[in-house]
This record gives sequence, C-alpha cells and structure tokens, in this order.
Amino acid sequence: MNWIYEPWEWYVAGPLIALTMFLLLFAGRKFGMSSNLKTMCSIGGAGKYSDFFKYDWKAERWNLLVVAGAVIGGFIASQYLSDNTVQINAEVAQQLSEDYGITSAGQAYLPPELFASQQLTNPFVLAILIIGGFMVGFGARYAGGCTSGHAISGLSNLQLPSLIAVIGFFIGGLVMIHVLFPLIFS
Amino acid sequence: MKYLSYLTIGIFFGIIMYKSEAASWFRIYEMFQFGSFHMYGIIGSALVLGVIGIQVIKRFKIKAIGGADINVHPKEKGVFRYLIGGSIFGLGWALAGACPGPMYVLAGAGYYSILVVIAGALLGTFVYGMVKDKLPH
Repeated sequence: MNWIYEPWEWYVAGPLIALTMFLLLFAGRKFGMSSNLKTMCSIGGAGKYSDFFKYDWKAERWNLLVVAGAVIGGFIASQYLSDNTVQINAEVAQQLSEDYGITSAGQAYLPPELFASQQLTNPFVLAILIIGGFMVGFGARYAGGCTSGHAISGLSNLQLPSLIAVIGFFIGGLVMIHVLFPLIFS
Repeated sequence: MKYLSYLTIGIFFGIIMYKSEAASWFRIYEMFQFGSFHMYGIIGSALVLGVIGIQVIKRFKIKAIGGADINVHPKEKGVFRYLIGGSIFGLGWALAGACPGPMYVLAGAGYYSILVVIAGALLGTFVYGMVKDKLPH
C-alpha cells in the first residue's frame, strides 16, 4: 500500500494540470487562481475604496468553488494520500541546513522553521510570511496573473505578455533565493 | 450541478498540487537552486500539452459545453507591468514558497500558518487596487 503515499512524478502531474486547465476551458471558464484574491477583496467591501474592486464578483463565484475544492483536495491528499515528507536534492537539502539552519528537508512537507504554528509568535517568521504573501498578491495583480494564469494558461496560448511575466517570475525568484536569502537568513 | 463540477475540479487540482509536491516550499526552493528537474518537468509537460490542446481548439473551433466560445482571449500588450509585476510576484513566490493555488491547498492540509500568507496576499491585492492608477503599466 506504500505506493499510495509516493509523490507523483512530474510526467503524471504536468499532464493532469493541463487537464485541469482544459476542464475549466470546456466549462467556459479559465484557469487562474490569483483572481480569487481580487474576488475576495471585492466581497470584503474593497469596492468602497477603489473602483478596481467594483465589478460583478457574483459572476466569479465558480472560481471560489474551485478554491473550496482545492482546500478539500489538500485535506484529502495530506490525510490519506501522503506521508507528508518531501525528498529534495541532497546537496540542496544540505545547503539549506548548513547555510540557513533549515534542517527539515526530507522530514516535512513545509519547513517547520517557517510554518510551524508556534513560530507565528516569532516576529521574523511572521514578517517573512506576511511580506512573502503581500508580494505574491500585489505582483500577481500588477502582472495580471500568477503561475496558473500566465505560466500555464497564457504560455499555452503562446501569449507574449505571459512569457514576459514568467521571465519576471524567475527573475524575482532567482534574486530572492540567490541574493536576498543569504541576507535575510544569515 | 454546475457548482458541484467546479468543486470537483478544485478537489482534483488540490490533490495534484499536493501529491506532486508543487505545493511544497522545499520544491520551490530546489527549483530556484536548479537542484532538480521536477518542477520544470511539471510546468514543461503541462505546457507542451497545453499548447497542443489550445492549437487543436483553435484549429477545429471547438466550443465549450453549452456552445459558448472557449475563453482564450490574449492579454493586453505591454512589457513593464508584466516584467515588474512578475518580478515582485517571483520574489514573494520564492520567499513564501507558495503561489496562489497551493496556498489554498496548504490551508486544507492543515498548515495554518499559510493563512497568514493568504492574508498577506489579500492585503497585497487590495493595496494594488488602491495604487494601481499611480503605477506605470
């Protein structure tokens, strides 16, 4: 029965992600997860502060159901289909441990050094989570999409703007990991 | 019935994200360290099939269920907003180790600290809406 807990290889996951996009396209919708953040802001009354949030969010309810499903999917997968550990490249794991004291690669799904609930009382960790989230939300709207909307949907449609956005995603990611991480975590 | 199908697609997507480890902070870190082909393989294989499928949809003018057009409108042209917005997104993606889809998945998996990341993402979205007219696009 151990195979149930094994992670899915890329050649299983990638095609299934493409299938997710096509299911949404055939339903007359599109695959884009970050627009839900805008919808949630609108539901929360952000339209009082900016016209950006004044639109018919009820037409976007379908996407909130996809979000609700993703939450349920995360529950099912973590409870019944995974041992909740992630094995990564041994050299990368060792480097994480030696340089940043993140020693949990291979033993956890997310590093408890950053994501354990008791770490929320640590102002440094709290700042990382809030600032990281903030840049994801701000950057996704500025760029008009995230990994699903640009890297999968947009590039599948061979859109130049999406290619530029994805190049941006990697510029930002590489700068964070190679330039800023050594400053932040040492 | 239609609502149930969106919920089902979401569950399907959530399980894929979690089981492929694309929702793991470690995998994102490893990707930006070029330590494994895994994440590139996921995005790359999704893309190859995505490009082929979209071409087929366009070539044969395949319609959505119910007869509506398939929604593949191109994004508006530009460089600045995509490059700068994308870079800001990438900084956050690497720091928090999660993009919007996996955030919801991780909340369901019981990593409650991700709710702080989601709150940050909502705040970032809200602030963008407040300042967008002052930003170059």
